[in-house]
Amino acid sequence: MVRVKLWGSLRDLADGQEYVEVEASNFKQLLDQLEEKYPALKPQIKRGVSLALDGVIYREAWFTKISEDNEVVLMPYMVGG
Amino acid sequence: MKNLHVTTTINGDAAEFVCEPDETLLDALRNRLGLTGAKEGCGTGDCGACSVTLNGRLVCSCLVLAAEAEGAEVATIEGMADGDQLHPLQRVFIEKAALQCGVCTPGILVAAKALLEKNPDPSESEIRYWLAGNLCRCTGYDKIIRAVQDAAAEMRSA
Amino acid sequence: MAFDENVKTEFKVVGTRVKRPDGIDKVTGRALYGADFNAPGMLVGRILRSPHAHARIVSIDTSEAEKLPGVKAIVTSADLADPEDDFFRDIRDNCLARDKVLYDGHAVAAVAATSRSAAKAAARAIKIEYEKLPHVTDVDEAMKPDAPVVQAGRSDESVPEGLSENVTSYFEFGHGDLDAGFAKADKIIERSFKTAATHQGYIEPHACLATMGSDGRGDLWCCTQGQYFVRTICSEVCGIEATQLRVTASEIGGGFGGKTTCFIEPVALALSKKSGRPVKIVMSREEVFRATGPTVSSSSDVKIGMTKDGRITAATAKLRYQGGAFPCGTVEFGAQSAFAAYDLEAVRSYGWNVLTNRPKEAAYRAPGAPMAIYAVESVVDELCQELGLDPLDVRLKNAARKGTLASYGPTFNDIGLVATLEAAQAHPHYAAPLGENQARGLSCGFWFNFGGNTCVSLNVNHDGTVGVVEGNPDIGGSRASISMMAAEELGIPYEKVRTVITDTNSLGYNDVTDGSRVTFAVGLATIEAARAAKREMCKRAAQIWGIDEEAVVWEDGAARPSGPNAGEHPPMSLADIAAVMDQTGGPIAGHHEVNADGAGVSFGVHLVDVEVDKETGSTKVLRYTVFQDAGKAVHPDYVEGQMQGGAVQGIGWALNEEYIYGEDGRLQNPGFLDYRVPVASDLPAIEPVILEIPNPGHPYGVRGVGETSIVPPLAAISNAVSRAAGVRMTELPMSPPRVLKALSGG
Repeated sequence: MVRVKLWGSLRDLADGQEYVEVEASNFKQLLDQLEEKYPALKPQIKRGVSLALDGVIYREAWFTKISEDNEVVLMPYMVGG
Repeated sequence: MKNLHVTTTINGDAAEFVCEPDETLLDALRNRLGLTGAKEGCGTGDCGACSVTLNGRLVCSCLVLAAEAEGAEVATIEGMADGDQLHPLQRVFIEKAALQCGVCTPGILVAAKALLEKNPDPSESEIRYWLAGNLCRCTGYDKIIRAVQDAAAEMRSA
Repeated sequence: MAFDENVKTEFKVVGTRVKRPDGIDKVTGRALYGADFNAPGMLVGRILRSPHAHARIVSIDTSEAEKLPGVKAIVTSADLADPEDDFFRDIRDNCLARDKVLYDGHAVAAVAATSRSAAKAAARAIKIEYEKLPHVTDVDEAMKPDAPVVQAGRSDESVPEGLSENVTSYFEFGHGDLDAGFAKADKIIERSFKTAATHQGYIEPHACLATMGSDGRGDLWCCTQGQYFVRTICSEVCGIEATQLRVTASEIGGGFGGKTTCFIEPVALALSKKSGRPVKIVMSREEVFRATGPTVSSSSDVKIGMTKDGRITAATAKLRYQGGAFPCGTVEFGAQSAFAAYDLEAVRSYGWNVLTNRPKEAAYRAPGAPMAIYAVESVVDELCQELGLDPLDVRLKNAARKGTLASYGPTFNDIGLVATLEAAQAHPHYAAPLGENQARGLSCGFWFNFGGNTCVSLNVNHDGTVGVVEGNPDIGGSRASISMMAAEELGIPYEKVRTVITDTNSLGYNDVTDGSRVTFAVGLATIEAARAAKREMCKRAAQIWGIDEEAVVWEDGAARPSGPNAGEHPPMSLADIAAVMDQTGGPIAGHHEVNADGAGVSFGVHLVDVEVDKETGSTKVLRYTVFQDAGKAVHPDYVEGQMQGGAVQGIGWALNEEYIYGEDGRLQNPGFLDYRVPVASDLPAIEPVILEIPNPGHPYGVRGVGETSIVPPLAAISNAVSRAAGVRMTELPMSPPRVLKALSGG
């Protein structure tokens, strides 16, 4: 199981939990599992999210490998100027 | 309104064009003569991107009527290099990375050249005040000022 | 993705100060920018804009205008397509208003005519009946439950009950027990701040030339930070298949984030389609101010607790950003960045994105971060003053470092903040004496940076030169840095490489030039493309020598036999192999396609000395030093240029620049005379100090540098002005009237 940290305002949409656990070995599975277990997260995931994996931020890389040893943090979709 | 016929000299060459009475010199240069080196950043004389000289005087060509070029001598960025020999200011701007996007660069070069013709040895402060009418949003002006200083020093020793 | 195990540290080309390849074009006036391109039979496009801040469009009557001589087409929103996605619908409705005008300057209709004067006359002859609606331009006013609603039904599921419909999204970040943290503090300061909306202020107004044939094929030439994204937007908004629209980016006269979207391109395409002629639209400066770009204005409350010895015990920030008349996302980056520089046990940031009757926000260099960090760094500075502590010591004491749980969620890996702070502390500027009415200010800054979609093609030519084809407009010298990385990897001179930026139909998709991504991500893809070409060249050499491919290595710009069974063969240079490539299998090219990650976050520290004239309220910047972790600086001149340019944009934001709206909701200062960007005589030298802490996510250790430099100036200058004036400044810009007001007790 991968432990995923949610940002504060997402927690209300996931039964108030700061961390949720999902069975996933990559970014895509993680998003699919999150949507399945916590349907209220769907709109935000559709709008876009980034993923910090051990501190490195990934924007859309579905097949980025994730294991339970990684620190996994969900973040808003990054943009820049 | 009837269009006007203007006979003028641009970068040393005779030139003629037809323009509307309220047309700016900048528009005539860019749209009638294909000299697009002068840029329109504001159209109100605030940014200096359209700087040219008119009878040796530095002007914002967006504030000059095209008809005023009649019988005058206009110098633009296109006439600054001598064939394939860049003016020292042009060369030093490249060497010292005094440009980023480059859109203000023609106006700044024309203005800096006009300064060095009046004052071959300007202080940093004099350069900063002379170029205060030329906006640059990329560089923070630092490398521009250094480049003008370096080019001036080189021109003095030439 | 697999990162290089060993980041390269020895370089021959990278790190030198070569001449940029587009230099001569740009100093001779030959370079072609957006407005410099023409086509035979071209029409002049002109846009008619709303004089009202908020109004329903009752009717648009174009019949009189159509009859005028030289008028070839008139379009309104009805001539645009109907995208499914809200994101594109908003861009469409910003390009040409539908149903309602939402801000002063909102485009309503457009004409194409044979001359400038004919277009002007036609625009005047279009009759629009408006029904004026109540408007709101201030963020705090717009959040009130009874505020005029800019657009109904645009709030997402994150917005708590009880707020105005203008609040479109809500974010919260942070960790720890705030109550326990504040209880440990010896001093708590809570302050509210405001920052004005500022414009990116690129000197080149938006411009484009569109040609749309009756066969449905289009060509678009425009100044943009991303031709591919322009294509995507125009495809959606005009209903054109991507492959039928070729977009070519002109040279770009500045962008800073403001040219990452579309304002006029779909309009020009619609006019061209309708008239059957090429149409050029060039915005005036007034249009640029009224209807493009600005960044958000903000209102915020920051509360920080500190112990007597300078340890921050708890911190909160509440950030309210108005991003204009369409839902925007910026406050989340502010809320994430606010406390990124600090190692905090208890921290929380809250952000609300809010609609107002102002132009739609566009990205501006580190979008969302400067205003949040301004507020935080102001309170940290005031705490240092109150507790009699050195502001640099306090930052070092609380600095985020490897292993720190970042306020935005993850644990930091290698970051360069402490090194940057130490560089500032050791610099002579920090100890230099100050005179009367003078003071020194300091601030940290942070930005994420990113990588993104990137596609590069590298072609070996018969004469031993190399062409790199990439798809990101060169906004500040990136063609030089890309050529340098190609030359470095191939082991050939920089002069042998030419990098060109191509159109949308000649190379795969590339993300916009933003997020400080180009030198990082395009550089990474270029290095990988060069490696692919090297592998092919080693293969050709192996065939020529009749040995195994594995027995050939590429070193110092040549294929060389290597290993016990390779035999003795003189090395073959790139030029040697290129000369016989037809005979050895045909053209040699390398490609790389990637959605790059691992950009690596960046920190900066700015030091500034100011003098405040207490009679006039004016502030003179006396000395300015920028310290920034740049990763490997590929071309140090242009890295310095980014640091200096960002600092000066920040100085403008801090001291002069602001969007001023009247009671009528109209912009009062849409010109460079009244919207005052810094000029050369306002400024001292800006000294850049580059720290090169390699980014492990890039083969050469490159990190984005373009955005971080605009983050610290707001607070650095505010802290300096506050100390010089003897009163805490809480509103930007600190224009002379505001400073005088603060000096007289507010």
